[in-house]
Amino acid sequence: MRVAVVVFPGTNCEHDVAYALGELGTSPELVWHRETALDGFDGVVLPGGFAHGDYLRTGAIARFSPVMTAVERHAVEGTPVLGICNGFQILCEAGLLPGALVANRDLKFICRPVPLRIESTNSILTRTARVGQVLRLPLNSYEGNYIAPAKDLERLEAQGRVMLRYCDAAGVADQSTNPNGSTNSIAGIANTAGNVAALMPHPERAIEGLLGSTDGRVLLESFVASMAREPARA
Amino acid sequence: MTKLRIDIRRKEGLSDPEGVATLRALHDLGYAEVGEVHFGRMIYLDVSEEDESSVGARVEEMCRRLLANPVIEDWTVETVE
Amino acid sequence: MSGTEPAHRQLGMTDTEYESVVDILGRPPMPAELAMYSVMWSEHCSYKSSRAWLSRFPTEAPWVVVGPGENAGVVDLGDGWLAALRIESHNHPSFVEPYQGAATGVGGILRDVFTMGARPIAVWDPLRFGPLSVARNRYLLSGVVSGIAGYGNAVGVPTLGGEVEFADCYSANPLINVMALGLLKREQLVLRAASGDGNVAVLLGSATGRDGIGGASILASASFDEDSGTKRPSVQVGDPFEEKRLIEACLELYEKGLVVGIQDLGAAGISCATSESAAGGGMGMDVDLDAVHLREHDMTPGEILMSESQERMLAIVRPEDLDDVLALAEKWEIAASAIGHVNPSKQLRVFHQGELVADVPAASLSDDAPLYRRPAERPDYLDHVWKVDEPLPAGIDLGETLLLLLDDPALADASWIYEQYDHQLFLNTVIGPGSDGTLMRIKGTRKGLAVSTDGNALLCYLDPRRGSARLVYEAALNVAVTGARPFAVVDNLNFGNPEKPGVMWQFLETVEGMAEACEVLGVPVIGGNVSFYNETDGVDVYPSPVVGMLGFCDPMPEDPPRLDRAEAGMDVWLVGPEDPDDFAAGAYNRVVLGHRRGRPAAPDPGTAVTVVDAAASLAFTVPVLHDVSSGGLAVALAEICINSDIGIEIDNGEWQYLLSESPHRFVAVLPAGRQPDVHNVPVRRIGTMGGDHIDFGRHGSVTVAEAAAAWHDALRSRLG
Repeated sequence: MRVAVVVFPGTNCEHDVAYALGELGTSPELVWHRETALDGFDGVVLPGGFAHGDYLRTGAIARFSPVMTAVERHAVEGTPVLGICNGFQILCEAGLLPGALVANRDLKFICRPVPLRIESTNSILTRTARVGQVLRLPLNSYEGNYIAPAKDLERLEAQGRVMLRYCDAAGVADQSTNPNGSTNSIAGIANTAGNVAALMPHPERAIEGLLGSTDGRVLLESFVASMAREPARA
Repeated sequence: MTKLRIDIRRKEGLSDPEGVATLRALHDLGYAEVGEVHFGRMIYLDVSEEDESSVGARVEEMCRRLLANPVIEDWTVETVE
Repeated sequence: MSGTEPAHRQLGMTDTEYESVVDILGRPPMPAELAMYSVMWSEHCSYKSSRAWLSRFPTEAPWVVVGPGENAGVVDLGDGWLAALRIESHNHPSFVEPYQGAATGVGGILRDVFTMGARPIAVWDPLRFGPLSVARNRYLLSGVVSGIAGYGNAVGVPTLGGEVEFADCYSANPLINVMALGLLKREQLVLRAASGDGNVAVLLGSATGRDGIGGASILASASFDEDSGTKRPSVQVGDPFEEKRLIEACLELYEKGLVVGIQDLGAAGISCATSESAAGGGMGMDVDLDAVHLREHDMTPGEILMSESQERMLAIVRPEDLDDVLALAEKWEIAASAIGHVNPSKQLRVFHQGELVADVPAASLSDDAPLYRRPAERPDYLDHVWKVDEPLPAGIDLGETLLLLLDDPALADASWIYEQYDHQLFLNTVIGPGSDGTLMRIKGTRKGLAVSTDGNALLCYLDPRRGSARLVYEAALNVAVTGARPFAVVDNLNFGNPEKPGVMWQFLETVEGMAEACEVLGVPVIGGNVSFYNETDGVDVYPSPVVGMLGFCDPMPEDPPRLDRAEAGMDVWLVGPEDPDDFAAGAYNRVVLGHRRGRPAAPDPGTAVTVVDAAASLAFTVPVLHDVSSGGLAVALAEICINSDIGIEIDNGEWQYLLSESPHRFVAVLPAGRQPDVHNVPVRRIGTMGGDHIDFGRHGSVTVAEAAAAWHDALRSRLG
């Protein structure tokens, strides 16, 4: 299975994402942001980092990169498209997901593992997980705080499109267990069709016990399983 | 050459963590009279106009497409003398 | 520049130094030439007050590929893998503007590493500030940490560790040291030397502006006084996004074999890069300043030559490769200008608007720099400070004392700091910040790299020779507890005003102490940095050497020891000799008794070696190892309990054994009934894990929860 891992100037997690996807048995390929075609890929990942330096707003310039037209086409056609951290920010700026990511409540960069609760299995991100399951994944961001206009938020919740929420080890999601102030403790969401999904924490950083946790496999395996269901589209 | 100042602010009702932190800091310093703090950004453009009447429309487009995020931000455009 | 002072003095040169330049050139220097000599002969660039003695360090070993003298030291890890290591200080700029000072410090050290052909894979930040009870020190610490985070995270290099120490002397002179590690395959190694008559010098990266004009000569080579505020315009501003593109562009240039040599631009900017690359190849260079891509108009030749604008490299390129280099730069959106040519003249000739503005022997800028053997004299303070009149109390409440120690910002949980740093990028981090030593893997191999940065300036103030030797042994033990053997050292020597004989004495003693310890361990010094003039209004900092220790193992332990792997029922062992009387420079004296006096015990070289060996072997078979250092055994045990969330019952004698900070010791926690397999070192069972108390028997106890709260809150409560 061929997975496109898109690289913008300033992206830095592409090698880690490719490594993780390789470990899970897929064939990842790094695709430079100036490419205009993503033919024959079974899935697309927008990895973490600082695309275009996060200048203007995080993701604001990246969404206009030539490659994004092809990403958009894949999204519309139902190909699994996954955004991780900066990738989440870019998908929001591109309008492929609602809302936006702004500065963490405490105005500090946060790099630490956080507990997350699976809210729904209706997406490429959580298909093979269990609702209510608590995972521990590394958060690594300054702008991890999800906000959206009230009506978009209502729709998101009503349609069950929140995939992951920040919580504590027991699965309790409230302001006291919210690391960055994200609205409704939202850590990951999906589009209506469930094929475009994104999250702020880094699943690729939690696939080996040697490095601390394998909880990321739960989510990446869902992504891989979703690609298997949707064969490559031109 | 037209010089424009674009004033971009977060929409009312949406979280503004920098504003909250700054308000707290002002109160800690004794400025209890401050009620709210909101952050914005100013972008200055120097625009050469081929057709004066279309500058406004084109700058609006620039704001909507790139300079601001219409989902979470409002903006105003002013000509600077 | 204004005033009636002669130009050379305004640039920080002495009259004698000026006369030297006249001698070398056979005539008075032109303004641009004077500018170049002033920055190249500054303390920061030339090491004129320290160079004479740095050769004392042992620098050779079969695994050293590049020793001191290039941009970074390089060692051989076997199977074609090399590691590059460098440490640098950015002290003075960080006092003036903490965020940018620290940020550009990170930028600079990364360039030193990737200019060798290595991808930078990690950074460490040993930091020293004044007490956090003073608002300005909190401002400096927060600014510096934000700057390191802001730059390091955005450029895409994880920060894996560091340390923080506090003392009054740092209030006006914070010390910000940054260390970087890079990884490369042997065929990627690039040196600075410009060789090849006709080769082109290509300036890559940011446009040159007035950033840091005279930064090297003004900021890092002079002490602060009331006027320091006006030095703000000299601070450089960093752009991590530019640097990230520069890293990727350079790595691709190396991969494609498109550069003959390359040098990063740091202190003394173009002056340094051009002269050092030319001299390194025994050649000369013609430079055209009009070709330099500038950010500001009407810069004088001297300004262009002295500018310390960040994120720039100078690549030496064969003429036939120039187009490819420019195309590659364009792909990465990096500006590139061909600014010069290599020739055999051995002269550095600089042109501006058609005029020859400088014509100097290329090598003279570094090789002919003054060499000072300043007078050194044992300072008087030692006699006062070694006297401790008050005896230690007969008995103390160790529980209460422990809480006081855990609340000390230098001993407490540093996660407030390191959670602002990405410490996982590249998926190499096996043991990250918050432990004795960092442990990284090299994917596709079983090799492991361990790193520790260690300083204890109070210890060195009380006895520079003993203190600095003990730092080296401490650092060795910190890597050994991960399973790695000490492999190479870089040192950052931060001192006060070298024109004072007392400071010079501290420096010489430090060099001697470190050199001896490195010799005993068989560890080569592959590079280092000296920062002098850390002095304000006549007050010098403590002698503050920092040891950057690289450890290596192949294979690394499959399941390395961690602080959170202790379980109820496990036995706790102390490995190493015990000295209940070593309180000088210890946390107990400083935090509880409120004094900084005493003479530290001398290290024991033979024991140091056997204890380090013991740790490195045990790391393969035991779940927990922890070096005993600040706060002594009590704090070491508390840290294990807090991380593992389980209590301990300690069988111990006098309380002094639990708080003395004698060197060469570590704690091992093993399943019940197993004994640590060590030879030729004292080993004693001191307790059992279990319950929810840290129980010191007759000396008192605290709950693990109370200890954890104190430890976790210390920095948070002070910094917010």
